[in-house]
Amino acid sequence: MSIEWYVVLSALLFATGAMGILLRRSPIVILLCLELMLNAGNLALVAFSRMVGNQQGQVFALVVMVVAACEVVVGLGLIVAIFRRKLPLDVDELRELRG
Amino acid sequence: MEAVLFFVAAIGALGGAIGVIAMRNPFYGVLALIVHLFSLAVLFLLLTAAFVAAAQVVVYAGAVMVLYVFVVAYVGGGAESAWEPIPGQRFLAPLLGTALFVELAIAVLASSLLALGHDGPHVNPGFGDPAAIGYLLLEKFLIPFEASSMLLMLAAVGALVLAGHRDGARGGASAGTPREREPDEAPPLAPTGDPA
Repeated sequence: MSIEWYVVLSALLFATGAMGILLRRSPIVILLCLELMLNAGNLALVAFSRMVGNQQGQVFALVVMVVAACEVVVGLGLIVAIFRRKLPLDVDELRELRG
Repeated sequence: MEAVLFFVAAIGALGGAIGVIAMRNPFYGVLALIVHLFSLAVLFLLLTAAFVAAAQVVVYAGAVMVLYVFVVAYVGGGAESAWEPIPGQRFLAPLLGTALFVELAIAVLASSLLALGHDGPHVNPGFGDPAAIGYLLLEKFLIPFEASSMLLMLAAVGALVLAGHRDGARGGASAGTPREREPDEAPPLAPTGDPA
């Protein structure tokens, strides 16, 4: 399979994730869609590293994975904090920043 | 054979992605994302990135998704409200998503990178295996590696601060003690230790 297929698939997955973020309102689903976009970026990184024949892109993909794990931990912490305050879990209703 | 595997994995990845954005219940969305992640691991294997594929399965499908399942079970999957602050968002979003895909595809296919049309150069059998990646991580990219471990610790501490039992004020001091045991803040620490 030529590298093109992988890169176009990654573009398709990225667009799907972006569409999900625009479409959905539950913060959990938005985090899941962020995962989709990060994974699409990972796929492109690994595909390009295969295209060049250099493993450094794979190291970059691993770092992206670490950053995604951090993002998940903080995002889910926020969701739990919102839930504990009995606020609605809906990004359209959580529009005001107040202490 | 490789083409068959690619198309099976690509359909799995795409189906999982569509499942994530289409499922009403977040729990099924998480399950669809697990399908997506496994399919991506197969794609990584096809691209001779064995270590990244293994990390994908162990870290993502194993640890991070368990965290999601815990939080979805804790919060409960509520239905989304019908109130739409931006009129026509339901129709605008697919349009913008399609536009983004077309734009990205044009950017890739019109880049006139000749190497895109090939399978990539021939690589040695050790390409992308744990030894090679570990060598790169510890020799060439030591500082980014250490920085990412720092980032993981910061994220774990941040999550503890965010979701800790600070709102115990609502329940009074007596509610603080039993609650301390319960918070699902133990999971964030466990999986975040893995990736590095």
